[in-house]
This record gives sequence, structure tokens and C-alpha cells, in this order.
Amino acid sequence: MRILVGVKRVVDYAVKIRVKPDRSGVVTEGVQHSMNPFDEIALEEAVKLKEKKLATEVVAFSLGGPKSAEVLRTALAKGADKAIHVQVSDAEAGKVESFHVAKALKKVVELEKFDAVFLGKQAIDDDSSQTAPILAGLLDWPQALYASKVEDAGNGHVKVTREIDGGLDTIKVKTPFVLSADLRLNEPRYATLPNIMKAKKKPLKNIPIKDLAVDLTPQTETIEVTEPPVRQAGGFVEDVATLVSKLKEKGFVKA
Amino acid sequence: MLKLLPSFRIRLSKRCYAAVLAERNKNFAKVMESDVLAFENFLGKEGVLKDDITLNTTDWTGQFKGPGSVVLFPKNTEQVSAILAYCSKNKLAVVPQGGNTGLVGASIPVHDEVVLSLSKINNSFSFDDTMGILKCDAGFILEDLDNKLASLGYMVPFDLGAKGSCQIGGNIATCAGGIRLIRYGSLHAHLLGLTVVLPDEHGTVLHLGSDIRKDNTSLHTPHLFLGSEGQLGVITSVTMTAVPRPKSVQSAMLAVTSFEKCCEVLKLAKSSLSEVLSSFEFLDEATMKCLKTNLDLHSVLGTPSAFCVLVETSGSNEDHDMAKMGAFLDECLSKELILDGVLAGSSADATKMWQLRESAPLAVSRDGYVYKHDVSLPLKNYYELTNVMRERCGDLAKSVVTYGHVGDGNTHLNITSEKHSEALENLLYPFLYEWVVAHGGSISAEHGIGQLKLPYSELGKQPEERLLVKKLKNIFDPNGILNPYKMI
Repeated sequence: MRILVGVKRVVDYAVKIRVKPDRSGVVTEGVQHSMNPFDEIALEEAVKLKEKKLATEVVAFSLGGPKSAEVLRTALAKGADKAIHVQVSDAEAGKVESFHVAKALKKVVELEKFDAVFLGKQAIDDDSSQTAPILAGLLDWPQALYASKVEDAGNGHVKVTREIDGGLDTIKVKTPFVLSADLRLNEPRYATLPNIMKAKKKPLKNIPIKDLAVDLTPQTETIEVTEPPVRQAGGFVEDVATLVSKLKEKGFVKA
Repeated sequence: MLKLLPSFRIRLSKRCYAAVLAERNKNFAKVMESDVLAFENFLGKEGVLKDDITLNTTDWTGQFKGPGSVVLFPKNTEQVSAILAYCSKNKLAVVPQGGNTGLVGASIPVHDEVVLSLSKINNSFSFDDTMGILKCDAGFILEDLDNKLASLGYMVPFDLGAKGSCQIGGNIATCAGGIRLIRYGSLHAHLLGLTVVLPDEHGTVLHLGSDIRKDNTSLHTPHLFLGSEGQLGVITSVTMTAVPRPKSVQSAMLAVTSFEKCCEVLKLAKSSLSEVLSSFEFLDEATMKCLKTNLDLHSVLGTPSAFCVLVETSGSNEDHDMAKMGAFLDECLSKELILDGVLAGSSADATKMWQLRESAPLAVSRDGYVYKHDVSLPLKNYYELTNVMRERCGDLAKSVVTYGHVGDGNTHLNITSEKHSEALENLLYPFLYEWVVAHGGSISAEHGIGQLKLPYSELGKQPEERLLVKKLKNIFDPNGILNPYKMI
């Protein structure tokens, strides 16, 4: 089984997000970035499958500006064999949507013949959670989303346990399939220095977006980005009687 | 920046091994109803606490506890002056108290001293963001100050585990060190001025130093207060420099096989990472074992090694710093100075690494009884102390662990046992302190003398130096009411 793993370079989760003064988006310049945490988990699962000899090759993929190459190098250091960087300009990267990423992934899958695509369940910058299901739809492949456990089911099938609101849902999918990784699937390994050194020698292929003939026309337009409203200070009351009268006064309780 | 000490208090009921319970000085008066009324007059009834004062009379480690009498909460310098003048005239002993996070028993009463809390003096704050000069009340909690500075693109130039509770006035009085001293220097580099109140019969309010960056017009008196442990006066306002907040922080954890190699890595870090190096800490194998056994915290490194070094860089440009860090790590590997290493790829990775370092004190405390040390040694003797003590204690000790600010030559050697053991204690003291002094070190790098190290404070000191210090104490505190039974 050859697995393609999508990884995205996102603003690091610990950064205090600031909205740009022109309200067109959030500040990403000069701010710490790292690999999307769910993508790290997806990558770890693919590498573990390779270590168990259930997969033969893991290829990392990223669609993004020039700096996405850093995240791909990290993926190589964490066990991917090769990497593919579909490059767009930084300006274009700001407008790329899940739909475009799914289309690009589809093209790469068709070119290089993968048996599975592993993605993080959502990116922590836009929280769209769309790329995996859109891709499955475009490829007409089964999808195993929010995976919390992956097991071999023999006969070209994989058993996936998924975390859903009601509990755990276990499904069996036939390869080729799309998987999205959820938080408790595994604990990603660290990129050790010797592996970082070895990763420098692993192949990283650059594909300009136009070579894939993917139309990047946005389907949505961002009208405005604002901070959530500042939480209003509460008030203190001295006793229960005052509390009740205040509640009545404000219309929360029938007078 | 990580908080370590939130709500955890080590529950040890016995008074600490090395402390000598000094007898109550009969020259001090006892707090009477009339005194309480006088305090209420100065501060209002809400400024005087008579009952439920355990939080203010027990130290953070739980090892030191005095009965105390009242706790006072002045709101400004004038009130502090009124209190000190009154106490000086009436021979009442006073303990100034900030966040009460000190580790040597200097912030709580030994007998019935009055506790003077600075907690309510936390209103005035002003910051010049061109010069980076901060002027604020002494009662501000360090973390709150840092958050205020963060929104202005600056940060407090030091960081320690107690930041959620300790106050800036206390940090000055103890000359707090921390994990970034290697980069930003000690508080001596940052202090510009202080407002202090003397414990004399006038409650003299002194403005020492200035509010500007450079001033050579007098003796640099504010610096006398750094590390003065509440002996000379009560600090009510601080003027100091802050530093630009780094935009990029890189962390890496390295597996090193010998202490000599740790020193070589340090040397390389200083020359290669140079101005962006901001932290160089280490944990030995015994510490890593303790972390795993007591707190179930696993090493970030796959390969176990004798030493684990934590290196951090802070700078304004991610590309520049990442390139420097990459080159430094490459050189460490190619020169075989390290066995293995992990470079943090995200803040989650960095948090994991710092959690190991900052949880070390907690992990160690879970062994039972801990003999904590905070010593400074020349690097050639730094780890020898651990080896010597390990051999000396033998089976009497449960763990002998060392972690700390190796970049500053400051070790936190911790020796644990299941229960308090007099046999072990006798093996440790005064041997350990004498060894440190004999090998050119300091028995207290950061934590101070307080009550804990008072019996050993003369070690390696000239009698003339001791006399000078006593004379200075008398000049500031003629009636000897401020923080007695400690340090001097």
C-alpha cells in the first residue's frame, strides 16, 4: 500500500492570533508556524503502517507557499520517504480553499497511483474539515473520517474505528480509501537530529500549481474577519433576593 | 513561559534540617490590642488581618511556619511609611512579604513578627516603549506584569517557575535568577531605581537611583537592595528595563554522554548561537528517571543518556534563528558532541521539553523528603559534587539528582529519602556546603540565605566582610526590626 499524506503549514497553535487592521484576515507575517497537529498524527499513522510492513511507501504532500517546504522536510524527518511540494505564491496561498487542495491531491493520486490518502481531520487555521470528504467524493473512494484506530482487516481491507458524537463507529473500508486522522489516533514521534540530517537527502519534488492544471478561482469571498466580542464584565449582588430581582428586571425570569 | 507552581504545596510537617530555630529576641515588643487599633487607623479595618493567617505564616515548601500575629495590607508607600515608623518606635518586628514563594524561609515570621504584605500595592504601572523602561508598584505579580508588557511587544527579562505568584518587589529583594540569565543577565543589569521605605522611626521614604537609563551621579544605592532579602527596607516601587519580546523561539533537547561534552556543547552554543542563545539547562539521568517514575513524564529523546541538555534561542527573525540553530545542531552531531537530539517543530514540542525541565522539582519531591540545594560552582567541579555526594550518601539516599542552569554554573542538586533521616542529614551537612566553598563555589546561587542557610552563611567569608554587612544593616535598620532571625 502506498500512502499519500497531506501536511499543511499553519500558524502554531500557541500563537496569540491578531486580526489585521484592515479586517481582511489574521496576521501571519513574522508569526511562528508549524505542521498542523492533525496532519502530524496522519503522518505518524502512515509511518507506523510502513513499520508494520502494511504499507510500502509514505509520500508527504503540501500545497502552499515557499515556506511549506519546511513542513515537508519535517515530514521527511518523521519518516516519510519522499515529498511533493505543489507550489503557489504566498498571495495565492492565502486564498486557497479545501476544494482546490482536494483537486490538487486528486491529480497527484492519478499521476502517481496511491492506495490511500491520509489527511488530518481539519486544519487549525481554518477548521474547514472539508479536504478529506471532498477528495473522497472527487475520487469516488470510500472515506474513513475522524479515525481513532486503524487495523489491517486482510484481503485489501482496513478496519477503522472513528470517534463520533454518539461514541465509536467501526467501519471496514476497501483500498483505495481516504482517511482523516483525529486526535487520539496516535502520539506523533519527534524529529530526531540524525533523522533531520537524513531527511536532507530524501527527494522533495516541486510541482508548480499550473502544471497540475488546477483552477484556483475562489468559491467563497471573505467579507470581514473580526475578533470575537469582548466578554462583558458581570456584576456582583449581595444576596439572593437582590439576585432574583435583578433577574426579573433583566427579563430572564418572569416577574 | 510555563507555570509550574500553581496550586501544589509540598506537605512536609517537620522544620527543615538545616534551620536553627533562633530564640525570640526579648527586645521586641508583643503585638497588643493598641497596636492593632493603630494599624487599623493607618490602613482601615480591611487592611489588617488577625485571623486565618496561615497562608501568610507558612512558606511555600511547608517547611517553615511561625505563629505570626497580624498581617498588614498597605495600599501605598505612605501607609508603609506610617507602619514602619510605628513599628520602629514601638520595637515591633516586621517581615516584608511579597508572593511568599521563596525557598529559604525568609518570607514568613519565625515568631510573632508582623507580616507586611505588599500584595495590595499593585496599581501604578507605566512603560516607555522606546527606551523599554518600566516603572511599577512592587506588589505586581510577575506574570501579570509580563502579560501587560506582552501587549506592548516587550517582556520581563527573567523567568522563573513561581511567576504566577511571585511579586516584582520580591524578585528585586531576592535578585531572582531563572532560566534566561544566560541571555539577559541578572537583575543587576536591569535595575534603574527603587522607592524604599526604611524601618527607622520616621519611616523614611527614599527614592534611590533614577528613572532613566544612565545615571552616575551617586553611589548606586538601589543595587544594595538586590538580594537584600528584606533586611534593609521595604521596596514599594521598581524602575527597571524590560527587553523586546522575541518573535521566534527555538528549543532543542540534546542527549550528551559526559559532563565534559556538555561543557563543549555550551562553548559551541555560545560561539555559534551567540546573541540568540537564551537558555542552556540540563537534567541528569537520575532526574529523567525521577520524572518517569514519579510523574510518568517520558523523555523526548529516544536514546537514554547520562545528560540531557535543553537549549533555547530567542530572536526577532525566525529564518535567521532557525538557520543558526540548524548549523549549531549539525556541528554538534558532526563533531560527535551529542549522541542524539530533537529540535522542537512546534510550540507543543517545546512545551513538552520545558515541562520536563520545570517539573523536575515536583518529580523529586514525590520521593518523600527532599534536601534541596542551589549551588554555584566552576564548571570543572560542577558535576563532581553530585558524584561525591552520591558516593557519600550511598544507600541512605533514595535519589541523588542534579538539574539546573548549567549555562550559569548553577546546579540544583537534590538528595531525597523516603522519610526525614538524621543519619543522612549528618552526612550531608556541613560537608556539602564546606565542599562547595572549598571548590570555589557559592552555597546559594539564587535562592538566598534566609533561615535555611543562616548557619552556613559565614563559610568562606572574611570576618571583615561580615562586619561591613552588619554595619550596613545597622545604618538602614537602626532598631533591627526588619526580618530578624534571617540572613545576617
